[in-house]
Amino acid sequence: MNQLSLLQQIVLLLAALALFLSFVLLAQARLVAAIHAFAWQGVLVAAVTLVVGLAGSTHHLYFSAGLTLALKGLLIPWMLHRLARRLNLSRHTELLYHPALVIMAAVLLVIFSYWLVEPMVEQALVFTRNIIAVSLAVVLIGLLMMVFRRQAVAQVLGFMSMENGLFLAAVSATAGMPLVVELGVAFDVLVAMVLFGVFFFQISESIDSLNVDRLNRLTEVDVSP
Amino acid sequence: MTALLLILLTPLLGGLTLALVRAPAWAGWLNLAVSVTTLGAASWLAWQVAELNVISGSGFRVDAFNVYLVVLTAFVGVTTSIFSRPYMRHVCASGKISTTSLRVYHSMYQAFMLTMLVALMTDNLGVLWVAIEGATLATVLLVSLYRTPEAVEAAWKYFILCGVGIALALFGTVLTYFAAQHVVADSSAGLTWSTLYERAHELDPTVMRIAFVFLLVGYGTKVGLVPMHQWLPDAHSEGPTPMSAVLSGLLLNVALYAVVRLKMLVDGSLATTATPHLAGMLLMGFGLVSFTVAGLFLHRQRDIKRMFSYSSIEHMGLMTFAFGLGGSLATFGALLHMLVHSLTKSAIFITVGHATHIAGTQTIERIRGLIRTQPAVGWSLLLGVVAIAGFPPFGVFTSEFLLLTATMQTQPWFTVALVSGLAIAFAGLFRHLHPMVYGAAPEGQQPVAANMLPVLLHLGLVLWLGLSIPDFLAIWLNRATELITGARLL
Repeated sequence: MNQLSLLQQIVLLLAALALFLSFVLLAQARLVAAIHAFAWQGVLVAAVTLVVGLAGSTHHLYFSAGLTLALKGLLIPWMLHRLARRLNLSRHTELLYHPALVIMAAVLLVIFSYWLVEPMVEQALVFTRNIIAVSLAVVLIGLLMMVFRRQAVAQVLGFMSMENGLFLAAVSATAGMPLVVELGVAFDVLVAMVLFGVFFFQISESIDSLNVDRLNRLTEVDVSP
Repeated sequence: MTALLLILLTPLLGGLTLALVRAPAWAGWLNLAVSVTTLGAASWLAWQVAELNVISGSGFRVDAFNVYLVVLTAFVGVTTSIFSRPYMRHVCASGKISTTSLRVYHSMYQAFMLTMLVALMTDNLGVLWVAIEGATLATVLLVSLYRTPEAVEAAWKYFILCGVGIALALFGTVLTYFAAQHVVADSSAGLTWSTLYERAHELDPTVMRIAFVFLLVGYGTKVGLVPMHQWLPDAHSEGPTPMSAVLSGLLLNVALYAVVRLKMLVDGSLATTATPHLAGMLLMGFGLVSFTVAGLFLHRQRDIKRMFSYSSIEHMGLMTFAFGLGGSLATFGALLHMLVHSLTKSAIFITVGHATHIAGTQTIERIRGLIRTQPAVGWSLLLGVVAIAGFPPFGVFTSEFLLLTATMQTQPWFTVALVSGLAIAFAGLFRHLHPMVYGAAPEGQQPVAANMLPVLLHLGLVLWLGLSIPDFLAIWLNRATELITGARLL
């Protein structure tokens, strides 16, 4: 097995911390604390981008790092914070169902990611394999969070942490997507966040809460009179 | 190149201008004018592509496969905006939405057209992703336009499900880029479809196989493949009707287009491995399941727009199956089916829009006697459903016949499943349709002001395509078939 360089080790460490924060996000019942965890994850992804940029000679990664830090580490958490305040959710705690089981499921997802990636990059470096597995795990745990959390803001956090995982994969496995794609994705994420904000208000107006379990009028056979 | 720029700039500027137009009377006309200009530019582009075969440059690439979808998109954009002008004014006048919402509606209508056209014409897989995600963002506010609890719920479901789906597609795109990096030296060209297609046989098959699963699940969510289809009936039934027409007629097509483009890459990469038809088999599986399940669900619907959205899932399933089957006959049939399904389904949704205004409800049980109340709407609905159910002499019959023939040739046992699926779907549609169009009209049901021109135009074209396929279209479809399968049909 070839020795990993220092920079690669740093990238792996940061990515592992991002994965750890995914677990925190999944189990954190307090909304504001979850938003903070998400912000830290954004900062870590930005740091990974910066280190990869330093390691290689891809200059546009510095720009990406700045963009990620601004968007995922500062702007989106700030928007979520403001929304939580305006919707009186600052002290909101969500009731989690079977937290231990969900965490176990997340652990299984991490193992699954490694299993999936194992044959894919057999010939490639250990580094690439690890980083793709970790980012896939972040994506899948984000997905799990969207399935299990019943609170609209928490679901959005899951969505955004999926985006973090995707960005991590793009940056560390392939040294960043072409700039036009990166800008497009960032634009889409920003617009999505603005729309999510609009929807929080529409949902709380229509069901008096942000618990999406109460969005249950549309079923397969019955149509409300 | 000028035509290409014009196609993109028109909806962009149109959308921005429409966001500022306050007068509802003007906005409808302006929306129509923008759509007509786009159609003009699209026809110009089609004419150029017919001469040059391929136009590419600045990250765009237009060939026989996407140019006909560009023209179709622009055309349905025009006819739907003809319909939407009086329809949305009626909605606005009845107090269901405010004039601000109407401004959002018109602006987002053009934004949606822009994202569709970018997705079709781009040569870059990343930009394709960005555009298809953009289409979700443009339409999600429209689904919740009426602000009823149902509409908000439908929009949230649409947003979350498509958001998750499309995120998985992005992971697939990243994996494709990862595979490309070992092959394409210039990293900025690593997501360019045409470069990847030329060197598809060098892409690492293991990576591409996993990437395709992610891409299929991701874009398949947008195609409405079962079991990722949950958002589709909700979004179609709760959004304004013109939106249902363009979602069903255009968005599903564009998502399927993306899947087919990616299948072409994966096929090239897997050609020399033990499972060369893996992508095709996956498409066939997903397609057949969607086709059957949606046909069965048709029987249980109580909402007219939900019913027709299940019919869309059924037809998308059929096309996905056909593209999976491969071969020039099946592909030709699927391309033709994309065309006739879009035209017929948007015509049906337009008619359904009028029908729901006549009856004042979307519940099938309370829509009765349409032919008595307003013959034009009643007969259009009847003819539209006859066409979509695959009766001759309409074009849907032609394409379904081609698909069945192709299936018979290569995988005869699947023909049984397809024919019984078509019969189930036919029964499902007609058991609901019959009482809606025939029979006595309820007391006090009044005709509404309806412009049936778009419906006539669409159904007329579908009839024409059923009787004879014009030469230029046959050449287009033939070239597209050659591009996808490597062999001409005619």
